Amino acid sequence: MQLTDQQTLIQKLAKTFAERELTKEVLDKVEATAEFPKEIQQKMADVGFYGIKTPKEYGGAGADTVSYALVMKEIAYRSAVASIYVSSPNSLSGGPLLKNGTKEQKEKYLVPIVKGEKVLAFALTEPGAGSDAAGMSTVAIEDGDDYIITGRKTFITMAPFSDYAIVFAKTDPKAGTHGITAFIVDMKAEGVSTGKAEDKMGVIGCATSDIVLENVRVPKENILGKLNHGFGIAMATLDVGRVGVASQAVGVAQRALDEAVAYAKERKEFGTTISHFQGISFTIAEMAAKVHAAEVLLLDTCALMDTGARCSDKAAMTKLLATEWCNWVVDRAVQIFGGYGYMKDYIVERLYRDARVFSIYEGTSEVQKIVIANSLLRGK
Amino acid sequence: MDLKDYKGVWTFAEQHDGELLGVSIELLGEGRKLADALGVELSAVLIGSGMDELAKTLVEHGADNVYVADDPILAQYQNDSYSKVIKEAIDKYKPEIVLVGATHEGRELAPSVAAMLETGLTADCTALAINDDGNLVQTRPAFGGNLMAEILTAKHRPQMATVRPGVMDKAKKNADNKGNIVKLDADVKPEDIRTKIVEQVREVAGKISLTDADVIVAGGLGLGSADGFKLLQELADEFTNGTIAASRACVDAGWIDHSYQVGQTGVTVKPQIYFACGISGMIQHVSGMKGSKYIVAINKNPEADIFDIADYGIVGDLYEVVPAIIEEVKKAKAAAAEE
Amino acid sequence: MKIVTTAKRVPDTTDVKTDPKTGVLIRTGIPTIVNPDDLNALEAALQLRDEVGGDSTVETVTMGRDVTIIKVHELLGMGADHSVLLSDRCFGGADTLVCSRTLAAGIEKIGDYDLVITGHQAIDGDTAQVGPEIARRLGIPCVTCVIDIKLKDEKTIEVVRELDDGTETIEAPLPCLLTVNSKINTPRYMTINNIVESYNSEDELLSVWNHEEIGLDPTECGLKASPTQVVRTYSPAPKGAGEMLEGTVPQMAASLVGKLAEKHLIK
Repeated sequence: MQLTDQQTLIQKLAKTFAERELTKEVLDKVEATAEFPKEIQQKMADVGFYGIKTPKEYGGAGADTVSYALVMKEIAYRSAVASIYVSSPNSLSGGPLLKNGTKEQKEKYLVPIVKGEKVLAFALTEPGAGSDAAGMSTVAIEDGDDYIITGRKTFITMAPFSDYAIVFAKTDPKAGTHGITAFIVDMKAEGVSTGKAEDKMGVIGCATSDIVLENVRVPKENILGKLNHGFGIAMATLDVGRVGVASQAVGVAQRALDEAVAYAKERKEFGTTISHFQGISFTIAEMAAKVHAAEVLLLDTCALMDTGARCSDKAAMTKLLATEWCNWVVDRAVQIFGGYGYMKDYIVERLYRDARVFSIYEGTSEVQKIVIANSLLRGK
Repeated sequence: MDLKDYKGVWTFAEQHDGELLGVSIELLGEGRKLADALGVELSAVLIGSGMDELAKTLVEHGADNVYVADDPILAQYQNDSYSKVIKEAIDKYKPEIVLVGATHEGRELAPSVAAMLETGLTADCTALAINDDGNLVQTRPAFGGNLMAEILTAKHRPQMATVRPGVMDKAKKNADNKGNIVKLDADVKPEDIRTKIVEQVREVAGKISLTDADVIVAGGLGLGSADGFKLLQELADEFTNGTIAASRACVDAGWIDHSYQVGQTGVTVKPQIYFACGISGMIQHVSGMKGSKYIVAINKNPEADIFDIADYGIVGDLYEVVPAIIEEVKKAKAAAAEE
Repeated sequence: MKIVTTAKRVPDTTDVKTDPKTGVLIRTGIPTIVNPDDLNALEAALQLRDEVGGDSTVETVTMGRDVTIIKVHELLGMGADHSVLLSDRCFGGADTLVCSRTLAAGIEKIGDYDLVITGHQAIDGDTAQVGPEIARRLGIPCVTCVIDIKLKDEKTIEVVRELDDGTETIEAPLPCLLTVNSKINTPRYMTINNIVESYNSEDELLSVWNHEEIGLDPTECGLKASPTQVVRTYSPAPKGAGEMLEGTVPQMAASLVGKLAEKHLIK
């Protein structure tokens, strides 16, 4: 796929930004402290990474999904965790607001998150309901002009430092997927608390925790979209989310490939560089083929999304393959590095850990298969 | 334009506070060769205030004529005044070649004059020669020294070129040389000078300038830290006119000031001995030091590119090799003193 | 305040290679960039614009063919208010003197400028000539190698310039021309918002002018009008490999110093 000049420049910006800001020193510190520097978050907002597709009227750039994927890929190439900060306002938190929010809601919540002033979390998953979102137990009970929400959300990215959260709760418990509503909840509201930050395997530097809601009063004006239409909002959000995660996977896989190539050309065993051994060179060839195929698939799906076509199935295929291949590629990269690949001094160790979540979050690989299978096998 | 009207080789004699720059003498050295090849006179242009002594010095270094604009208003270089004086002098005396040192001042002055005269200017020449047609062949590096270009200004006069300091051989001094000192009637009024110098800060002397050094001990990334320059300084101190220098990587790493940088974006040097310690030999660096008479390369990596241009190569840890060299130099000096 | 900056598209020199057999520069497939010093010039202009505020604007002028347009969008992406591309077949192959004539004509057409800032030099030629030459053609004072700019009042600027052995503070009247290099600032990033805007509003933000539009005759432009002509290019011959010293460290050191002493270099 030939990028337009506009997309090329946006990619160049992201690449330059990542090279200059996400240096080894910065990233080592993020790993050590589990904190991501505020200044870099603000800089990412300032150059427009937080509102790539958001229209100009809400402070965004009004670019396309392809540009979003390119930025995500270039940022993830240096730092998977940094790309989560980009993803959130564009996808999980900004996406539903943009698609379903009223003008007032967009101005109040979307504009500040695009500017990097506020953080909004997406709270769908529960301890007992992951892939089966309809199985959630959080409830919202109508009380005059308000709803009162009670429940517990889990693995919520950025929850500990969020200003707001989009919380999905059952407003009609008997109606299944048709009884779920999305609410914008102020994280400072009475009854809202967060659990302790999870101690994760990878993407360290972006705290994830539970959100506990105990009789939290939320005004009706904070309903996002229509009453009982929350499930559709959640699913539509995850569609966009899929290409975001696929972009991260392509970025991380590309990095693992580049690291492996450089190492294979340099490392000597048995009197020659290991690049001369077919066991290594064929592995690298296969890694390269997968990285390339994933990237082509990703950009094609994004370009399709930009035409406005429905493509849940294509997005699911993209996430499935890009993330599974990424896991395979980082695994092989560690193997090529041998003992060094197991040491934290080498970046492939981090890539290996960071990649693992890609085939899990925002819909596991198994869920992607359900989506793909349903698109083929359901109906007549 | 009748090219035959233009005759003679001119060099610009840059001086700061009454002291000639080394490059001014280098230009006379090169200018002499060109003038002899053409069978014409060599002249220097000198602008400043209280220039009598310097004019004599230029004659002693081979100038057949020294055109002097001597006026308190010209004491300091100002683009407006100096370019006006030179432009008018060229209009009047019509030299065929004008050489200017590629210093900060020269690189501002020369294009200003070239634009006023609508003539060609070739920057940073590393070699000059006269071809069969009597034109000046100007050789200069381009693309970071990856390419050499030969440039002619065949249909315009004067043919102007700047020459980097340290590239050409200095003219020999001979007190018996004779030459004319010609006053230029420089008509510069205060209102001709639109800029005003508010303050000048000259770096304190004491540091030997890279372009004038006979021995340079340069460090690269292989030093590992800023502290490494202390060791290099020890070696440099063993020589009467020795100094340290650095590759760009060290400057970028913040180990040493930019003024020590040798290479494409730094200074071009031409010492008698250039010690390259822990320098890999990237083209950008090499373009600034390959004119050194003897290059000694010390590097751990036997494959380092620097060995390709080195006269003497030592594969080893510079922290072992440099102290050993210091030791040997001390011994050699002691032995020489006994003789 | 209206500030004009110039920018050039150059090969990314770190990637430049010559054909080992012919010595000819391999131009195909070489990535190109906006000349680094020119980005510093634009940054300096943007900072001044933002400091002065009001209806201050920054305009950029670039010479080049169609392929250069993406580089012009890069300047708009950084925040230039308007950009001009001087594009004409007859502009090709210009030396510095003719280049400065063309750029100066473009700047004249923009008109009403208070300040012109150019990069000190371009990495493909390193001549540092075009800035001072433009200043002469525009008839405005010129200060090169500027590392600090302060606006004194509406009509005066105070700058610090580098000298070979120090620095100099200079006061200059506006309009004037300054040349700057990487020491003056760090160029800002583009923003996605600016990039998208530069394409959406290309008609308003980017003008392409040919020789007629800047009032030049083709005989005054390009290679033919250039007084300097490149007659030959070649790769510099690599110096023959020298001597690798062998033995223990003390042996190698002694051998080296012995050789240097023979040449009367140890005094």
